Amino acid sequence: MSPLYSVIHRDFTLAMRQKADIFQPLTFFVLVITLFPIGVGPAPETLQKIGPGVIWVAAILSALLGMERLFRDDFNDGVLEQMQLSNLSLSWIMFAKVMTHWLLTIVPLILISPLLALFLNLTMPMYWALLATLLLGTPILSLLGSIAVALTVGLQKGGILLSLIIIPVFIPLLIFATSAVDTALFGLNYLPQLAIIAAMLCIAMALTPMAMSYAIKVSHQ
Amino acid sequence: MDVLIAQSLTCVKQDRVLFSDLDIILRAGELVHLTGPNGAGKTSLLRILAGLAQPETGLVHTNSADTYDVPLLYLGHKLAQNKHLSAIENLTYWSALHRVNPSVESLYHILAQYQLVGLEDLPTGQLSAGQQRRVSLARTELVQAPLWILDEPYTSLDVTGVSFIQTRVDEYVSRGGCVIMTSHQALSSSHLVRELVLEYQI
Repeated sequence: MSPLYSVIHRDFTLAMRQKADIFQPLTFFVLVITLFPIGVGPAPETLQKIGPGVIWVAAILSALLGMERLFRDDFNDGVLEQMQLSNLSLSWIMFAKVMTHWLLTIVPLILISPLLALFLNLTMPMYWALLATLLLGTPILSLLGSIAVALTVGLQKGGILLSLIIIPVFIPLLIFATSAVDTALFGLNYLPQLAIIAAMLCIAMALTPMAMSYAIKVSHQ
Repeated sequence: MDVLIAQSLTCVKQDRVLFSDLDIILRAGELVHLTGPNGAGKTSLLRILAGLAQPETGLVHTNSADTYDVPLLYLGHKLAQNKHLSAIENLTYWSALHRVNPSVESLYHILAQYQLVGLEDLPTGQLSAGQQRRVSLARTELVQAPLWILDEPYTSLDVTGVSFIQTRVDEYVSRGGCVIMTSHQALSSSHLVRELVLEYQI
């Protein structure tokens, strides 16, 4: 096993042992979105109008829900200490851990989104736009969120602080993502919004691993 | 040969100076026993030497020769094992992280030496505190390092466990390894033990 692969393999094995951790964000996501049509009434136009926003807000909240646990066990057990002391760069390890977490908790949400798009009466073009924004946007949620997780991992009850730090950062992403889906409703070109989200993802991928590893080193002080 | 050189280390915690201007040189084939009352800063010093914490002032330099897998091995209060993974899995993932890939048979053999026969595949959360400590200490067999930094390795070990680890440490020192460790009991080593005492400073 190569060092980086061992980190990914370990997280997969652990996730398989604690399946509840994977299903909790997924059930939350499905529940929120099924409750909305019942709450606001089943008028197809209303649902179509609020649909993209509802799915995205639900995605952000479910991502937050699973995020707090991302590094907590490894920090408390001292596994992160050993990772920091290994010859492998901590930034790479953090990046691998976050991407594994994204695969395990967020990709199921994306996979189930066709069904939810049906609930909210999204048209086919809207669905494709939604899928594109979710695929490009949710890794940003994971990467940016993990900086806040790494910063608060040493604190007791860091959960509230975590949400307060993360939510404002996600607002630009939410605006561009829902705007892309709305544009798709009218059959217009939504590539500019996607390009902006993709640019945010590139910046996040380049910079967040360093920020995460620095935050972990500070937490170990 | 020097394996670690630390110059004028100062550590401040909660406005209290734990130690200041501390110089430490650790040489190969040396067993150093770090002692001092609770709160004197033993763990803080070991974490600084390991590179996990930054000192207020001062420098730590380790010998990073290519002949070793890692410049040092640090085993702290936290056992660095996940309670949902078995002893074998914990050790396999940890070794892979350090670019060492021991065979499963060799891991069984090592765990047998650490009196963990039959417990290899149980989640470590189900083991007793002493057995978990043994799994953690079994790491010393897996990776080649010129320096071991052991923070209270005898915690929750039974009498035979303590003497077993002590012989392991002695063998390692005879082979030219260097060990710095804390322990509140006197070390019954066959080697000359260098005592390093940290005073409690107000």
